[in-house]
Amino acid sequence: MYLGRVIGRVVATQRYAGLTGVPLHWLQPLDEHGADMGDALVACTVVSAGPGDLVHFVDGREAALACPETFVPVDAAILGFVEQAHANDKFIGRTAAGAR
Amino acid sequence: MLIGKVVGSVVATRKDEKLANQKLLVVQVHDHSNKPKDQYVVAVDSVGAGHEDMVLYATGSSARQTTQTENRPCDAVIMAVVDSWDLGGANVYEKWS
Amino acid sequence: MFLAEVVGTVVSPVQIAALEGRTLLLVRPVAPDGRAAGKTRIAIDRAQAGVGDRVLVIDEGNSARQILGDKTAPIKTLVVGVVDYVEAGDALVYDHRVRS
Repeated sequence: MYLGRVIGRVVATQRYAGLTGVPLHWLQPLDEHGADMGDALVACTVVSAGPGDLVHFVDGREAALACPETFVPVDAAILGFVEQAHANDKFIGRTAAGAR
Repeated sequence: MLIGKVVGSVVATRKDEKLANQKLLVVQVHDHSNKPKDQYVVAVDSVGAGHEDMVLYATGSSARQTTQTENRPCDAVIMAVVDSWDLGGANVYEKWS
Repeated sequence: MFLAEVVGTVVSPVQIAALEGRTLLLVRPVAPDGRAAGKTRIAIDRAQAGVGDRVLVIDEGNSARQILGDKTAPIKTLVVGVVDYVEAGDALVYDHRVRS
């Protein structure tokens, strides 16, 4: 599980049957300083979250278990909205929508 | 999942029998700003993607979680065709423009 | 499993049901001598660990679900122990008893 920031939305109508209605978002993984860590990826969103929000997400097969239908080809899912992360005496919080 | 563009298809007559009747597409990976990377994957198509479509693909054991790829040697599967995406409110890709 | 240092905490008021009531920690994988060695993750605390502790982390879904006793939880990263000391050869490279 990793910390990340939602940076965008993805629209895809033609998709695997079990994934109907699941929102997709671009996600930038973050390190403990709130800095970008690795490349952005697309994740299914099973809690309410939108651009600018700080979230935590899971990768790999476990991600499918978070979806409404669990037998689906999903390898990343946003599991929760993070109000605040605290590390190195610093708070990492929400930014203006999509700001990097 | 990552996004990529379908740049080709693969035909292999001699292959593992569990790969029979699977549509294999070559996908060039793009980053979130739609810049192509020098990185390609061959993925099984589960949604009917076409040439030059932008697609979403899942990798690893998740790729075997479709009725089509279950218990088959597959580590990347196309699970959606992308219509559009935006970053911070600014449109980056639009299929129908 | 790997060694990690707890570098922070994460507060997530809105998240999937399987995570409700669980403590989330930011953990940074470290080499035996304490150098950072890998991507910072979020782990569920199962060992009453705190910020600054050297801990043992498991990052694999099946093991995590066994520990939590929840076969369908989309969870894979757990803090499963607080490290007292690490030996490399004859030398103690980390000793919590001395430091604290």
